[in-house]
Amino acid sequence: MKRLSRYRRHRAVAPLMLVFALLAIGTTFSVASATPNKSALALARSAVIEEGKQLFLKGCSSCHGLNAEGGAIAPSLIGVGAASVDFQVATGRMPMADMSTQAMRKEPVYTPEQVAALAAYVASLAPGPEIPGDELLNYERDGSLAEGGELFRNNCAMCHNFAGQGGALTQGKYAPTVMGVEPVHIYEAMITGPQSMPVFSDKTLTPEEKLSIIKWIKAAEAEPALGGASLGRVGPVTEGLLVWTLGIGMLIGVAVWLAMKAR
Amino acid sequence: MTARERIAGNVANYVDERTGAAAWMKKNLNKVFPDHWSFLLGEIALYSFIILLLSGTFLTFWFDPSQREVIYDGEYQPLAGLEMSAAYASTLDISFEVRGGLLMRQIHHWAALFFMVAIVVHLMRVYFTGAFRKPREFNWIIGVGLLTLGIVEGFLGYSLPDDLLSGTGIRIAEAIIQAIPVVGSYLAFFAFGGAFPGEAFIPRIFIVHVLILPAIFLALITVHLMLVWYQKHTQYPGPGRTEKNVVGYPLMPVYMAKAGGFFFVVFGVTTFIAAVASINPIWLYGPYTPGQISAGSQPDWYMGWLDGLVRMAPPLESYLFGYTISWNILIPGLIIPGLMFTGLALYPFIESWITGDKREHHLLDRPRNAPNRTAIGAMALTFTLVALINGGNDIIAQQFDLSINQIMWFSRIGIIVLPPIAFVITKRICISLQRSDRELVLHGKETGRLVRLPHGEFVEIHEELSPEKKWLLTSHEQNGPLELPEIDKAGVRRPSAIRNKLRSRMSQANAEVAPKVTTKDLNEIENH
Repeated sequence: MKRLSRYRRHRAVAPLMLVFALLAIGTTFSVASATPNKSALALARSAVIEEGKQLFLKGCSSCHGLNAEGGAIAPSLIGVGAASVDFQVATGRMPMADMSTQAMRKEPVYTPEQVAALAAYVASLAPGPEIPGDELLNYERDGSLAEGGELFRNNCAMCHNFAGQGGALTQGKYAPTVMGVEPVHIYEAMITGPQSMPVFSDKTLTPEEKLSIIKWIKAAEAEPALGGASLGRVGPVTEGLLVWTLGIGMLIGVAVWLAMKAR
Repeated sequence: MTARERIAGNVANYVDERTGAAAWMKKNLNKVFPDHWSFLLGEIALYSFIILLLSGTFLTFWFDPSQREVIYDGEYQPLAGLEMSAAYASTLDISFEVRGGLLMRQIHHWAALFFMVAIVVHLMRVYFTGAFRKPREFNWIIGVGLLTLGIVEGFLGYSLPDDLLSGTGIRIAEAIIQAIPVVGSYLAFFAFGGAFPGEAFIPRIFIVHVLILPAIFLALITVHLMLVWYQKHTQYPGPGRTEKNVVGYPLMPVYMAKAGGFFFVVFGVTTFIAAVASINPIWLYGPYTPGQISAGSQPDWYMGWLDGLVRMAPPLESYLFGYTISWNILIPGLIIPGLMFTGLALYPFIESWITGDKREHHLLDRPRNAPNRTAIGAMALTFTLVALINGGNDIIAQQFDLSINQIMWFSRIGIIVLPPIAFVITKRICISLQRSDRELVLHGKETGRLVRLPHGEFVEIHEELSPEKKWLLTSHEQNGPLELPEIDKAGVRRPSAIRNKLRSRMSQANAEVAPKVTTKDLNEIENH
């Protein structure tokens, strides 16, 4: 201790203490805000639709109504189709964690079988968009990469950003990132128009065009950071942040060293 | 004399006999420069400019400044077969096919950001230490000119690759030109050679970017440095330093070694960042077409505060005599920046009018000893910072789960409320620091060592300051406010009474200080 306390007035103490305090706060925060995995619900096997109905009554009906007819706080689900249910539930958006702005992507609450059952039940109420099958979703074969990029910039980039990193909308709403999203969910989002997103019907974007967009998104996702650290792919804001912190910080550090008197 | 010395001597003599350089060199190589890290900030800007010239020249060998439509058939597959301008296609080729091209592009762009950061940091150093005072007002104005041209030059460079982001920026620039009442739309047609986007602006911007502005830069930088040379560098106050001398190291060899070395450090740091961090990845943005836009479209940071001002402007428009006047673009896009740069350029004259100080100054002020100036600087920086934050409002909203509307309202209110608050707080802090300097001089430094006296009392040992330190804390001037009575000595009322009153009020506010320690105070302490 005595050896340490000799250095308590050293000029490096203040910055070191600052770094230490920031590390301690950051670690505490990340430990405290970690959430435990939700245990899956127990599931009884019966007819799929009946099973979906039971799940719906337990988990969804308090907002969407006992017959999915909707209510004051949630829309009717009659006619939204299986694709909508699959998108909203399998990405964890439904059930919502809080209803303040919009449903956010999180760990799904239901297992894939339960999602399928819920989708089958909602689809049985009235016809709606169906979940695209694997044969349809063969984007590697049916899509065109460059055309997909052009379509993405024409139709998607104004909300989701040029590199699909997402962007802000009004009043705290946002277009989420499309990186790391399953192709089936991208497709479903286009045909059902979740949250603030418009519906891109097959007349606006043909199925082939949708597959091209998915192909481009997957290529962008897999693209290595060609110019070095990508800085979030959000444009000049992070570049400016880097030059004002690390960049000029390094140069001022050298300047201070150069102007120091030799001891 | 060794053989080597003899040869060197002969060469030097040969040159001297033909140019007479020896006398000039002897005088100038011994010129003394004061040593302080903050005097190197302007050098960072100078070196970044040299890096920009070198890397920029490299880029011109492959860049095709034309809006001719071409079909891309290069290496980057996600854009294969798309129609794009030759400018964009050649920038892609520089990035992916020219050896070292991407690194050069990134060096060029990072150096541009460094250039602007260094100019701003250098400006802050000059401002807060009062280095702009007589006789350096002209050099200050040249500096403000370099800052303004730097913003324009950077923006043009950002626009040249003709990607989606740069096209968006050009589109906004066109909107701002159009917002000039009456002549705006004609000016825009003139600049773009017709309706936007046209085919003219890339070649035009190119010539301005690589020829006209760099030439002006070279001229202004030369004058800037010659004036520093001729007027000599300012220095911080300290023992032995006066208004009539310069204490430091001679140019040769000490300062030349330091400055030359620093050039390589700046080049090294720029190259390091360019090698590890991506900048302006135009292949992700795609080619520009006026029908497309991306979320999070942003200018580089030095334009960001202007963008932020435009983003926070409320939708005001009037229709007068058949012309639409877009106040929402005109005020934040032209009027406020115009006022700010004019105020910045005229600041030395405004301050000398308020203080009535027409003397030469070569010793710098510590910022705390000029509380009003420091507070005005803090106020201007707060204004710019709020605008800059609003320029990134969408990115901030997205990254921190905030509402873009709330950030905009924070900025709208903050840009009016926060600068005055920053002024008051900074001024109070400066005066408190003066008071603490006074305490230090009068009572010495608290050592943290407690001593118990024989009769039981505890006292803390105060260590007296060194004479050098005392000199530093007491050598500054404290001039009172100007005496500007409404009726002068001869009993005549002064003309323009309102202006006189304003000057008098400002002079009083400017002279508000914590009185510094005088010999009388010290004597009192001694007898105490």
